[in-house]
Amino acid sequence: MDFSAINPALLIASLMVAATAVMIAAIGELITEKAGVLNLGVEGMMITGAVCGFAVAVGTGSPFLGFLAAAGGGAVLSFLFAVLTQFALANQVASGLALTLFGLGLSSLIGQNYVGIRPPPTPRLDFGPLSDLPVVGPILFNHDPMVYAGLILVALTWAFLKYTRAGLILKAVGENHDAAHALGYKVIRIRILAILFGGACAGLGGAYISLIRVPQWTEGMTGGVGWIALALVVFASWKPWRVLLGAYLFGGVTVLQLNLQAAGVAIPAEYLSMSPYLITIVVLVLMSFDRSGAPASLGRTFHASQ
Amino acid sequence: MTGTLLKIVGLTKAYPGVVANDDVSFNIQEGEVHALLGENGAGKSTLVKMIYGLVKPDSGDMAFKGTAYEPSEPQEARARGVAMVFQHFSLFDALNVAENVALGMAEPPKTRELAERIRTVSEQYGLPLDPWRLVGDLSAGERQRVEIIRCLLQDPKLLIMDEPTSVLTPQEVEILFATLRKLKSEGTSILYISHKLEEIRALCDEATILRLGKKVGTCTPREVTAAQMAEMMVGNELHRPEREPTTPGDVRLALKDLSVASPSQFGTSLKNITLEVRAGEVLGLAGVAGNGQDELLAALSGEITNAPGMVVLDGTEIGAKGPGPRRRMGLLTGPEERLGHAAAPNMTLTENALLTGAEREGLMSNGFLKWGKAKSFAEAIIDRFDVRTPGTETVARALSGGNLQKFVIGREVMQRPEVLVVNQPTWGVDAAAAATIRQAILDLAAGGTAVIVISQDLDELMEVSDNFAALNEGRLSEIKPAKGLTMEEIGLMMGGAHGMEVAHV
Repeated sequence: MDFSAINPALLIASLMVAATAVMIAAIGELITEKAGVLNLGVEGMMITGAVCGFAVAVGTGSPFLGFLAAAGGGAVLSFLFAVLTQFALANQVASGLALTLFGLGLSSLIGQNYVGIRPPPTPRLDFGPLSDLPVVGPILFNHDPMVYAGLILVALTWAFLKYTRAGLILKAVGENHDAAHALGYKVIRIRILAILFGGACAGLGGAYISLIRVPQWTEGMTGGVGWIALALVVFASWKPWRVLLGAYLFGGVTVLQLNLQAAGVAIPAEYLSMSPYLITIVVLVLMSFDRSGAPASLGRTFHASQ
Repeated sequence: MTGTLLKIVGLTKAYPGVVANDDVSFNIQEGEVHALLGENGAGKSTLVKMIYGLVKPDSGDMAFKGTAYEPSEPQEARARGVAMVFQHFSLFDALNVAENVALGMAEPPKTRELAERIRTVSEQYGLPLDPWRLVGDLSAGERQRVEIIRCLLQDPKLLIMDEPTSVLTPQEVEILFATLRKLKSEGTSILYISHKLEEIRALCDEATILRLGKKVGTCTPREVTAAQMAEMMVGNELHRPEREPTTPGDVRLALKDLSVASPSQFGTSLKNITLEVRAGEVLGLAGVAGNGQDELLAALSGEITNAPGMVVLDGTEIGAKGPGPRRRMGLLTGPEERLGHAAAPNMTLTENALLTGAEREGLMSNGFLKWGKAKSFAEAIIDRFDVRTPGTETVARALSGGNLQKFVIGREVMQRPEVLVVNQPTWGVDAAAAATIRQAILDLAAGGTAVIVISQDLDELMEVSDNFAALNEGRLSEIKPAKGLTMEEIGLMMGGAHGMEVAHV
């Protein structure tokens, strides 16, 4: 065994990369659930975003346009969910599961001709000499733009929910839709917007995997990250900073177990591979013992009677 | 009185199968407290929803201060100076007072400023409130204050109050009335909806009476008796339940030092409840909503289990037993929430009859259901309690609230319980049906059943109870004979004004 190959600074830097996809997707789902909608289709929206982003980035040569298309693709798929649950009043759990299956199928169809191609590389942000600082440089100043975008997204979501009126109305709709309706707020409209935001974020998260993390397209490449994002939201008690913490923990264990595998630790690789899922869930379950935060109307269908 | 504030002419609103309001016209003067009086289902709620812009009328006109008034949404109504305090459904438990108030305003100021204004206005009107507290932690009376303050901050010309006193103790009612009188003296008009006649006589200047969606009369409450108003409201003479004096028998059900932690975050835990009910006795338990009624019912039905010795039925310790064994032994319960708790909404009446009646009515053999027998049991309930339904195969949610209530109470009564516990047995039921239900409870008691009636309707409790006690924050007051209790004594048993400050106005 050779642990000297594991460099802590590089480990932290790569855990930030490993955590970004699940974090962005989870933040989107957090907003959706804060509005009282349970969308289990995160995995399907992520993989759709991954393939849309990949196709557009390859076609145009611009990773930026790729990410834009990924957000669009995820949002379009989530709109399907919005129509089903908000207008047709379909069951949210069933619709979400169907969305995941549909997204997986749709993405393999779109992705048929993209297997084995390399997408255009996403440039890292240039911080000049800052990137060359020891330890701090690789951790803070040597990433692609999406890592920073993800962190900004968490901060903005937190501020939106805590300080803005729109955030307050969103929480109110998720908390008690009958009361929000009685006060004259447009429950359905607000929920559709939240669902679209969740879809766009899931799409971005998916494209982060196909354009930066793995850079290639393979079928089913999100590999359950969407489900982790869903679990993250619940165990983070619907708090944005805890989502960040949970995502970094997940990313950290993922990177660490890869490093341990490479270092030849005498634990079967299968156990190491399952460890990120296991450890993340155990820690978040322990953290979520204060049962605050669950939106009271979560998953309930709203119908404005009378 | 300087002029007409709101003029309503020929307002009509029909829903499929029912006309909620039929050609209703009346006026509200400036600075007047106007009562809207009627039984449940008379169309009061629909009428005020139209005034508040939540429901669009099919026909008819409204004029506010002389100009046409057709609010298409509540924001518009609020902008014109109409505010409404809802009966329920309009607060957010997980948000604090200031956030709840901000949600009801079109352009709320900064949170800090708003909190300051909440403090000022709430003290000015004798309704002190802490803007930073979570609404889920407040008592019913305090929650209502949040709604009232939310309205007052917008300087309303017309304040609509939908059954505001149904959740208050008599002392809290006094505080509320003082606030409303102060508002009136400042020129605000109030539309006051209630079916409590004495309150209306104490507070209101004019009254409009609705029955089955139609306006059936107007009166000046101070000049008529409560009985006269009741007659206009109900339309026929009421049958009062008759009480046959009984001598209480043996102790059937005893609670010994029952303490239960509430399963819900915003619930009330029960603390050291000790009581006994004897054969033939009706024990009435009063209390403002949310003081442990639901928890007590759950602890008695077996939904919450506890130490075996805490609940004793006919000498057997049953505290650790679940609902099934308790039912078999004859302890039957009827919870408050009829749709979703007492009855499964999407199941038919026959199926619902089976759900609690299978054991005692023999509707089951060797795990197989006897549908024929279940159906005749459901039919028997429908007959005896005059449940208005197309048939036994109608799903529970299709019944109106009052009819379903008759069905779920009837279902328990018809199983000849040894001990019956009901929570809010006549909630939302019209006066005639309420009398039927009360009579059935009294008949059971006369036959030797021990009955506990939990209710927020004091008149009802005084009518049926032999003994009387109140729940307050999960504790039971002293148990006293119901005969001869005064309103003031009852209020004190219910916890006075809940330690809230009395109005300084």
